[in-house]
Amino acid sequence: MADGVVNVVIAGLGGQGVIKASDILAEAAFRAGLDVKKAEVHGMSQRGGSVTSDVRFGREVLSPMVPPGEADVLVVIAPDQVENNRHALKPGGVLITPALIDEKMLPNRKSINVALLGALSHHLDLNKDVWLAAVRANLPEKLHEVNFQSFEIGRAAAASAAR
Amino acid sequence: MTLDRKLLSGDEAVALAALDCGVALGTGYPGTPSTEILEEFDRIGGKARWAPNEKVAMEVALGVAFAGALALVTMKHVGLNVASDVLFTAAYTGVSGGLVVVSADDPGMASSQNEQDNRRYAVAAGVPMLEPSDSQEAYEFTLLAFEISRKWKLPVMLRMTTRVCHSKTVVQPRQVQPTNGAPTFQRDIMGRVMIPAYARPAHVRLRRKLAEIAAWNETNPINRRTDGDRALGIITSGISSMHAREAAPNASILKLGMTYPLPLEAIRAFAQSVKRCLVIEEGDPWLVEQLRTAGISVDGKAEMYRFGELNVARVRRILAGDNTPEPPPVRGKPPALCPSCPYHTVFGTLQKMDCIVAGDIGCYTLGVLPPYQAMDSCVCMGASLGVGLGLRHVLPEPQARRVVSVIGDSTFVHSGVTGLIEMVYNPPSTGHVLIILDNGTTAMTGRQEHPATGRTLNHEPTGKLRIEDLARSLGVHGVYVIDAAGDPEGFERLLKERLASNELTMIVSRRPCLLAAAQIREYEKRAAELATAKAACAGCGDQCGQ
Repeated sequence: MADGVVNVVIAGLGGQGVIKASDILAEAAFRAGLDVKKAEVHGMSQRGGSVTSDVRFGREVLSPMVPPGEADVLVVIAPDQVENNRHALKPGGVLITPALIDEKMLPNRKSINVALLGALSHHLDLNKDVWLAAVRANLPEKLHEVNFQSFEIGRAAAASAAR
Repeated sequence: MTLDRKLLSGDEAVALAALDCGVALGTGYPGTPSTEILEEFDRIGGKARWAPNEKVAMEVALGVAFAGALALVTMKHVGLNVASDVLFTAAYTGVSGGLVVVSADDPGMASSQNEQDNRRYAVAAGVPMLEPSDSQEAYEFTLLAFEISRKWKLPVMLRMTTRVCHSKTVVQPRQVQPTNGAPTFQRDIMGRVMIPAYARPAHVRLRRKLAEIAAWNETNPINRRTDGDRALGIITSGISSMHAREAAPNASILKLGMTYPLPLEAIRAFAQSVKRCLVIEEGDPWLVEQLRTAGISVDGKAEMYRFGELNVARVRRILAGDNTPEPPPVRGKPPALCPSCPYHTVFGTLQKMDCIVAGDIGCYTLGVLPPYQAMDSCVCMGASLGVGLGLRHVLPEPQARRVVSVIGDSTFVHSGVTGLIEMVYNPPSTGHVLIILDNGTTAMTGRQEHPATGRTLNHEPTGKLRIEDLARSLGVHGVYVIDAAGDPEGFERLLKERLASNELTMIVSRRPCLLAAAQIREYEKRAAELATAKAACAGCGDQCGQ
């Protein structure tokens, strides 16, 4: 993680919660008191096309977009979107996909985006409080419990995969 | 108002600044990437309205500013083409309050039909221009734009780009003294009635103001000079400055915040202080041209970098003088009409009947993609009418009979109405068929209201334009309202019959966008409840808001 800036790219298809996931990640880093930038292209995304969102955080972030080949972590929500986003990842970077998680374990399959954030959280130096606060700030109250559970499932899956 | 730091998009930061400095009215037309400004302004308590199109929005904003208040008008880059008629002469009349025009450009065309560079509008119209590079600057520059507008009594352009509009970055708001005071009318006939006799001195006045602003901008702290390595100096602005600082951390950098009128002497001094001076700018070589015209020797980017957005990787290539072909961008899954879109039937029928389709701007432009490929032109908002009529005028009859104009409801209201008048005024000998795809919302930009939904920006009921009644009142022979998705055979039969006639036809295919349908039902229910309550109101004086 060169010059102290952490680069994360989140990818998937319109409607999968890519933007929501990057909102939560950016908010978590923001609540940790860091400089944060988050970039994506809106507009055509709700028409089911590919969506990617870049989140960068650290002491000072300049460009809002992660340069190709410089993502520390690539999170892909749709399995068929891995190959077209692989170029974002730096050599030796971490790839997180739904294959890591047993979707049947999730209280709600729509919360896969937050489960993958749970997995991401294992690789980032942000404490759990800011993550949970960010989930709370970005989702309606009735979805909090489901998403907390999904977050934990993802976090545990990443921890056991690393062992 | 809290002064806590916030994580905001550039659009949200503009809205916050507008609220903080006391903007009386925000108006505009939805257009990616500008749409969220007015939605956010409404959400945080500002008064925001969608206008039928950008020209009307700018006229309304100008009226607000004539009355001494502050007005914000927002649009995407191509929207300024529509509103430019107002802008050029508003620069002559000037304003009494404040008027800030947001032009949200879309380099790389994430969601647009061209990548025009609206910095050229600032020069052409003679309006000062500020270019923020992140949300903090979007906030600060909006405040400054209103200060400049009030001080020099001129419209000011805030030129943003997709990445500045939509990227979220940290914003520290500050204490701002809002502009209050009751708006009042002060007659200024020579200042605001642009007959030639009054417009001539107005033009001289404008150039004098711009000369004053240019002098002021020479020491304006929003143009930031960072002296680093003397071997390389970079002149840059907007989002490009962020890429440049990251790609060349040791270079000397002059980052311009106010790019029209340019602080030419400050730039000249910077250029002379470095060995090589390079301009890093997205889009047209606009700064390069301006600086070279002023006799400042600078290098620019190769022509290949004029296309698309810049990013850190491309700026590194520009710095290295690497003009070898770039790796082709990785294409993901392209967008498509939603599976449940009510327009599938229409495009299926148009394809089946081998129609020549003059199309328009909106979700339905995706009808051009397989499996339908049922669109033959898409140029600008409203063009389906005129282009379809032009084709009908000159094509041999068998082809002319296959020509159909297809336009969405919001786009029709935006600038299809004058095309409809042309259809009635100069009807082709074979007649014409116009299909309105009415899904009850401005779907493409995220489901905004428009005059034919009968609701304002904040979804409150208001006067409703009835598209079919408008056509009838203009004398269109055949006006039909149908739900093509619900009655595909009926739609095909009707289309066949009308294409064979020599008459003028409007077919409104009406069914709400499925993404908006539940919300629309909710708004309609609320409106009905409100109407019932109003009818039962005894005027008791309680504060129920009526």
